[in-house]
Amino acid sequence: MDWMIVITFIAQTIRISVPYTLAAVGATFSERGGVVNIALEGILLNGAFACALATHYTGNPWLGVLAAVVGGVATALIHAVVTITFKAEQIVSGLAINLFAAGATRFFLKVIFGSSSNSGRIAGMPEWAIPVLRDIPIVSTIFSSPLILAAVVVVAASQLTLFKTVFGLRLRSVGEHPEAADSLGVNVTAMRYAGVLASGALAGLGGAWLAMDQHSFTDGMSSGRGYIALAAMIVGKWNPLGAAGACLLFGAAESLQMQLQGGNVPTQFIQMIPYVATIAVLAGFIGRSVPPAADGVPYQKERH
Amino acid sequence: MNQDGTDHGALSEARTSAQARTALLLRLTGAVGVPVIALAAAFGVGALFIAAIGQDPGYVYAKLFRGTFGDFYGFGQVLFKATPLIFSGLAVALAFKAGLFNIGAEGQLYVGGFCVAWVGFTLTGLPGLVLVPLCVLAGALGGAAWGIIPGYLKARFGTHEVINTIMLNFIAIALTGYLVTNVYIVPETIHTPRIAPQAEIPRLEQFWPVFKGSPVNVSLFLALAVAALVYLFLWRTKHGFELRAVGLNPWAAEYGGVNVASGIVTAMALSGALAGLVGVDFVLGYKYYYEQGFSAGIGFMGIAVALLGRNHPLGVVLAALLFGALSYGGLVINSVVPKELVEILQAIVIVAVIVGTNLFGALAVSLKKRSLE
Repeated sequence: MDWMIVITFIAQTIRISVPYTLAAVGATFSERGGVVNIALEGILLNGAFACALATHYTGNPWLGVLAAVVGGVATALIHAVVTITFKAEQIVSGLAINLFAAGATRFFLKVIFGSSSNSGRIAGMPEWAIPVLRDIPIVSTIFSSPLILAAVVVVAASQLTLFKTVFGLRLRSVGEHPEAADSLGVNVTAMRYAGVLASGALAGLGGAWLAMDQHSFTDGMSSGRGYIALAAMIVGKWNPLGAAGACLLFGAAESLQMQLQGGNVPTQFIQMIPYVATIAVLAGFIGRSVPPAADGVPYQKERH
Repeated sequence: MNQDGTDHGALSEARTSAQARTALLLRLTGAVGVPVIALAAAFGVGALFIAAIGQDPGYVYAKLFRGTFGDFYGFGQVLFKATPLIFSGLAVALAFKAGLFNIGAEGQLYVGGFCVAWVGFTLTGLPGLVLVPLCVLAGALGGAAWGIIPGYLKARFGTHEVINTIMLNFIAIALTGYLVTNVYIVPETIHTPRIAPQAEIPRLEQFWPVFKGSPVNVSLFLALAVAALVYLFLWRTKHGFELRAVGLNPWAAEYGGVNVASGIVTAMALSGALAGLVGVDFVLGYKYYYEQGFSAGIGFMGIAVALLGRNHPLGVVLAALLFGALSYGGLVINSVVPKELVEILQAIVIVAVIVGTNLFGALAVSLKKRSLE
């Protein structure tokens, strides 16, 4: 086998994995804090739209990235208010936000860009070609775009934040046993807000990648990635590093599927890999993945 | 002494019946009030969106209403849009009653829909009177098979049905996609071959010409009959009672002699079967073949319909009509505002219902406490 093919394959895998990784790592913050976040799909979409919109009007891709993060946080804020403050059903809220994002982005796509399918072409992120690094395969891919590099940094920083800092400990305690955390003086509400908003910021950044990578916003461009990110987070056992590993694995499957297009292997069966893997991991067929104890349970302070 | 005792009895009796009346009143207020407020909230926020793009909300809403409930053609379209939502809403509601959250109706209806078509284009030698019921049965069985998987995984391994049903949705889409593009191929399309002509079920316009032009078909009556059956099953049979007991408190149900594990599998199978019937409407009554991606979210919308309908079959039928009206209404107003407005409205209705239900629940609890003091 030609080395070039392998290197191209790995580079493609990394690029495909960027939005998955950002959204999946973000989700670990939300869920470690005890809030199930199915709204990832909608956050990705809103982030991508905000990015395209801001870049379109300012011509500055960095402002586009900023707008994506703001858009992601704003979308996550809806989820936080509904599920933490009003203690409403977290899964339904997430689904409603996904429906809202799909409708609202298409609504404004028509109103602002006069098209039901895509925005105009936007400026992309600068392509980096750093001397020396650009000559090393794979490393060159990581350093080719600020957003890829950001994703790598996010994974490492998130792992450290969740498991080596006071903030991380408090966030996890709120997701495992909010009553105990509360009795020790941890502000459950504030911690959960922080977790959900962090996931919004990161998934929003993932949305920026989508828009930048295609140089435009296209209708429904998240196309299920939020759900794959959710799957990756579960397969990665609610850890940023594990989630990133799962994202690379799923990205490799997708990359393989592109290579095999038109061949004899039906691509649909490769498409199934992430979903089948998630079910298998949850059931304990391959390792075992256990969610935080209070994941999905609204915190109701005892009233006396 | 005796006199005192009797008085106390009468007093507490009067108090109990007053409490019962208050409880019933509260329940009714919640059942009607929350959806009404949710709708008002949605239309209120929707008005902001309409105004933001420089249109008149009053004009748009009037157009939406006239186009849906204003004449028989529009109403026929609403009924057409409502039919699959009744099935998927019932599917989600039945699972909810057993304490299960079936997000997998979307996948179940794809599998069910494919099975409907497969029987329809394979057993072409059978007369219509045999073939149509077989197709319906196949849809229910296909959906049930897909529903049993997460039910079994939950009963056997304790894994949460929400994640498993989400994953199974995508697997179902890939699987049916494979069948349509690799096995039962019609070149240049993403649909199966056409079903036998005798498997096609009539449209209502054939009996009532006022519905002319609307694809609403007799599967609407199947949906209404199934809604009645779900009601009878849940509230008038022992199995239905057991499922509701599992939903209310699985530990108490287990203690009371109910097999919770088999209850979970049964509920998911029935829920899947109901979702699978969506295929009857689309395949036998509308397109006459299975088409990849035909649902476009009917399974997910079923969640909204069940929530708004408070998981009661009658509520589900009414909520399906409302969501059907919104989804056809989007097409009516599309010339003035983008039809995606209705998706925004639907999302707001969902959020308002879950927030409202919670707030109302808290209010009801505090009122009850006060009346006990």
